[in-house]
Order: sequence, then C-alpha cells, then structure tokens
Amino acid sequence: MSTSDLVINVTGVTKRFGDKTVVNAIDLSVRRGEIYGFLGPNGSGKTTFIRMLCGLLTPDAGTGTCLGYDVLTQQAEIKCQVGYMTQRFSYYEDLSIRENLDFIARIYAVPDRAAAVERSLVRLGLQNRSRQLAGQLSGGWKQRLALAACLIHSPKLLLLDEPTAGVDPKARREFWDEIHQLAADGLTVLITTHYMDEAERCHRLAYLAYGNLLTRGTLAEVLAAAKLSTWTVTGPDLRELAAALRGREGVEQVVAFGNTLHVSGRDAAKLEAAIAACRDPRHTWAPARSGLEDVFISLMDSAKDNFA
Amino acid sequence: MRRFTFHRLWAMVLKEFIQMKRDRVTFAMMVGIPLLQLMMFGFAINSDPRHLPTALRTADQGPFARTFIQAMRTSDYFVIVRETTSEAETQRLLQQGDVQFVINIPVDFSRQLLRGERPSVLIEADATDPAATGPALAAVNALAGSIFNHDLPGPLTRLHGKDGPVDFRIHAQYNPENITQYNVVPGLMGVVLTMTMVIITALAITRERERGTMENLLATPVRPFEVMVGKILPYIAVGYIQVSLILVAARFIFNVPMVGSLSLLYAVALLFIGANLAVGITFSTLAKNQLQAVQMAFFFFLPSILLSGFMFPFRGMPEWAQAVGSCLPNTHFLRIIRGILLKGNGLAEIAPELWPLLLFLAVAMTIGVKRYRQTLD
Repeated sequence: MSTSDLVINVTGVTKRFGDKTVVNAIDLSVRRGEIYGFLGPNGSGKTTFIRMLCGLLTPDAGTGTCLGYDVLTQQAEIKCQVGYMTQRFSYYEDLSIRENLDFIARIYAVPDRAAAVERSLVRLGLQNRSRQLAGQLSGGWKQRLALAACLIHSPKLLLLDEPTAGVDPKARREFWDEIHQLAADGLTVLITTHYMDEAERCHRLAYLAYGNLLTRGTLAEVLAAAKLSTWTVTGPDLRELAAALRGREGVEQVVAFGNTLHVSGRDAAKLEAAIAACRDPRHTWAPARSGLEDVFISLMDSAKDNFA
Repeated sequence: MRRFTFHRLWAMVLKEFIQMKRDRVTFAMMVGIPLLQLMMFGFAINSDPRHLPTALRTADQGPFARTFIQAMRTSDYFVIVRETTSEAETQRLLQQGDVQFVINIPVDFSRQLLRGERPSVLIEADATDPAATGPALAAVNALAGSIFNHDLPGPLTRLHGKDGPVDFRIHAQYNPENITQYNVVPGLMGVVLTMTMVIITALAITRERERGTMENLLATPVRPFEVMVGKILPYIAVGYIQVSLILVAARFIFNVPMVGSLSLLYAVALLFIGANLAVGITFSTLAKNQLQAVQMAFFFFLPSILLSGFMFPFRGMPEWAQAVGSCLPNTHFLRIIRGILLKGNGLAEIAPELWPLLLFLAVAMTIGVKRYRQTLD
C-alpha cells in the first residue's frame, strides 16, 4: 500500500476545548474507495474529528494529510474536494430542492451547473418535486437531498456524520446501497453511525470513546482483537439469573435479548467459573460468537476505567 | 384533568424563569433598555435648546454695538463662537451647520440708534430644524426691549419707542416658513434606513447559526468576506428602494424643497446604508439567537432616533449626549441629507460629516469580519 493511496493519513490529531481534550492523539489512515465506519458513544469526539478533517476546525496538535493536503494549513483546498454531510439537516428549508442544489453548485463553481443540478435531481428521483421547499420534505427525503447536495461537486472524499439517524430501515438500506455504489466508483467514505448493522457494512471500523481511538480494523479483526467470550443462556427465571450473574468476577455484560441472555467477559476462564457457580439444570448454556455491540460496550466500559 | 391546576401553571412559570436566567443578553437588555430610555428622555432631551453657536459680523465698534454684543453674550441662548467681517465666511458657517445663527450689526448702528432711526439688526438663522431656532428667536424680541435700558436714560428713553430701539430682522434660512416636515421627512430617511438595515442583517448570520445551516456554509470553500458582502449587497438594493420611496414622498406629498444634488445624495446614502448593514452583521455575530439580535438592533436604534437630532434638537442636549450622538452614523447622515436637500450643500460642505461615516463603516466591518472568523473554531 503506497502513501498516495491514502485519502486520509493523519497522526496524533488532538483537539481541546478549554482544558477538556475532546480528541486525543488519533492516528487514522483511510484508503481510496474504502468505506470507513466511525463508531463510539455520544460525545466521544467523532464529530469533532470529522470537522478537523474537513477544515472546519484546526487541530491543536497532530500532523497529516487529507486528500494529499495538509490538514493544518491547506484547509481551503480540502474544503473544495470534500463533501460533508452534517448531523443535523443543514440546507435551507425556505429554498426549494432545486434552489438548494443550485446554490451549492454555485458555491463550488461546478462546471456546467445546470446539467449537474439536473443529474442530481434525476438521481434523487425528485425532478417532479424540484420546486418543493426543502423544509416540507420528510426526514428520509431530507437525508437524500443532503447526500445529493454534498455530492454535486464530485468530491473525492465523503464525510457523513450520522447520516441515517431517524431514517426508516428501508431508506437506510437504500442509502447504504448508494454508498457502496459510490465507493465502488472510487469515492472514499468516512461515516459515523450508532447502528451495528451499518457498522457491519463498512470495510473497516474504528471505535472512539472519550476522545481515544480504542480499536480499529475490519469487522473480523475488531472482533478477534476484543478477545471477548460470550455465552447465551435460555430457560426460566432469567431475571433472577441475570441478577445473580451481575457483579460476579469475570462477568462484564449481562444483556437480555428477548428470551435469551447474553453473558460476556474478557477473561474466558473467569467467565466460565462464574457461570459454573450459577449453573441450574433448567437452563441451557451455549457458547456464542461475540457481537459487535458486545465488543463495543465492553470497550467503552474498559475505556471508562482508564480515562474517565 | 381539564380544570385549571396551580401546579401546572407553576411549572410553566418556573420554566420561563429558568430560561430567562439562562439568556443573559436578553436579561441585560430588559434592564438596559429602560435605563437607556430613562437617561435619554430624562436627561438628554431638551426642547428649549440654549447656548447655540452664533457668529457675529459687526461693522460698527460704537458703544451701543458693544452693549448689544455684551447682552447677546450674557443671554442664555447665544454663544458667540466667531466674530468676523466676511459675509462669505458667515454663509459657509451656516451652510456647514457650524453655527446656528449669524448676527449682523450694520455700519452706523450706534449713530442710527441715537438718531432714533431704529437700526436694523439682521439675524440669519439656520432654520432647517424650526425647533432648534424657535425659542432663541422668541427670546431675541424680549431682549430687544430691555438691552439699552441702562444706556438710554432720561430723555433718551423716548428712543425705546413702542417697537424698541432696534429693528430685528430675522431671516430664517433654508426653511423660511418653519415647516417641520421639511426637517422631519428627510430625517426620516436616516431613521428608516437605520431601523430596517440593522435589523435585517442582525438576523442574517444568527439565523444561519440557529437553523444549523452555518456549519454547512463553513464547510464549503466560501470565504468570510464573501459571506459578509454577499449578505450585505442585496440589502443595499433594498436600502436604495427605501431612499427612493422617501424621496418621492418628500417631493410630491410633503413638497420638501430639493436644492442640492440628488446624485450626491444617492452616493452618500451608499455609505450610510453600508454602515448600518455592517453594524447589523456585527450584532449578528455577537448574538446567540434571533431574539438577542433584534434586541441589540433595538438598543442601537433608540439612540439613533433620540440622540441624533432627528426628534429633538442636537444642540439642546448636554455634552455627553452630544458625544454619544456624534458616534452614531445617523447623526452625520441627518446633517448630510438635510444639508443637501434644504441648503443645497455640495461635497465640500458635507465633507466634515462624511469621514465619521467612513470611519464608522470601517470599524463596524472590521469587527464583523473578525468576529465571523472566530466562529470557525
């Protein structure tokens, strides 16, 4: 892998607001055409990190490049080639769909603007409603409009900050199909999400908590690195069982999924010892594959121990 | 549960108080605006302006002329700031608004007085604002009867005559009929522009921030200067529409004389509109929400009406109020527009009022752009 293939390549990126370190010395490299998932609890620094990548904020420390431009000094150049979709809908609700697209196209000096706007409308499937005010659109359509708007200047990097929050499952799936199509065409995408199913659709993942990058890699790598053991148990009186398990040494998470309980811990031996102590012939125990969510919650808990 | 309950009402009241407490600027305005109004209405405004700057052109050095001048000096209404023999100079002083009155004492004043010929003293007044000159001119006539009581004793008492020993000729320049509209209608242009321009742009950036569109705008390559000027230009057009509307109304409804050059007026209006828009933009970057922005605009608007010389004579105000008024663009614009329309002033005469406008524009614009940059980080 040569450096020129890296669309994002930063090391030690740090941002402080007052004496609070919001992003703490993060290293990240993202390859061309990759869909990179950014996960982490609310307030973990995901949005701040993205804002530093697209030139909205200047890092307090760190070096690196985004699209080959220096993130500290060449913010203006970066802005021209990045499409940034904010967490909150940030186009003009009192402008029509077409007017919004036209405005953004003008700001970016898109060549052959009228055609670009038209293409964008066709892709959106909104040619017939192009005169409708953006404020009247439903959540799912607003999200599609926002995506279309941040693609209109053919950016090389797409930064999406929780693009699917509050969007229905079907619209979410269509959205992801489109993201994959764009990535296949060579666009690099950095996306933050809270949905595990979406995380699993990313090529690679990174997990942030309290400003620190806790893990990264492909889905399989993240799961393997976590070394988390999980057991499932079914049977009667699961609430009592859960209460008995919680607090025992080696048991980190006890989560109810319908009629099943997921019990997990990082130390497999201790976990098994704890389970053995609560054995009851009425229960059926089975080892299970740890899910991404289990891994992330485990990471967050351990991060709390270290940093909070 | 459809009956009125006190605890629900109390919940609302408490919540409103908490929100009020959080919005410090609004809270400050609630205290600040009454104080501002008290100060301005209570102390600054005076409808009987005294100590008006006066120029004296005297061609007689006789004893009666000296008595007369002395009487003028000791009166409350006139402060002689200039003595000259040049008519050209007195005219220039009036036109630029440096003096409110010019008192002309003719040659042979003393001799004519002694002969009982009732010498005429010409008082030229800058009557663009009738309210500023009215009380002083009324006082002159009262003065006339008593000035020479001391100097014309005994048999000379007859010189007092029934009309007094001196014939005061008052020449109310620029607005001889003392028509208030002539003063108010042009002044209204400054007030209307201040009000609309500041409020419109005060909302401009606050709205972007409140609606979340600011983040998007900042992520695009658009530059702060482009945003600022881009937001100002459309409203300059709006400002010019307002200027034209008021001019048309002034001409055809109020018959305000238009002596000077309209193109000069339009050119200067650009400066004034720009200054107000820049103030609005600056407020816009300071305010956290649209309500605060409107309040700030109001805070600026109040003195612009009351201390600028629009409603009350500028010279009637105490020094501190005049100093505050001098910092406001409206004060200078009012003098310019009244000067152009009523006095026929040209560029040379309005120049002293132009540079404060320019300075104001530059300062407001600089603060605005600086503040806008800060919002990036």
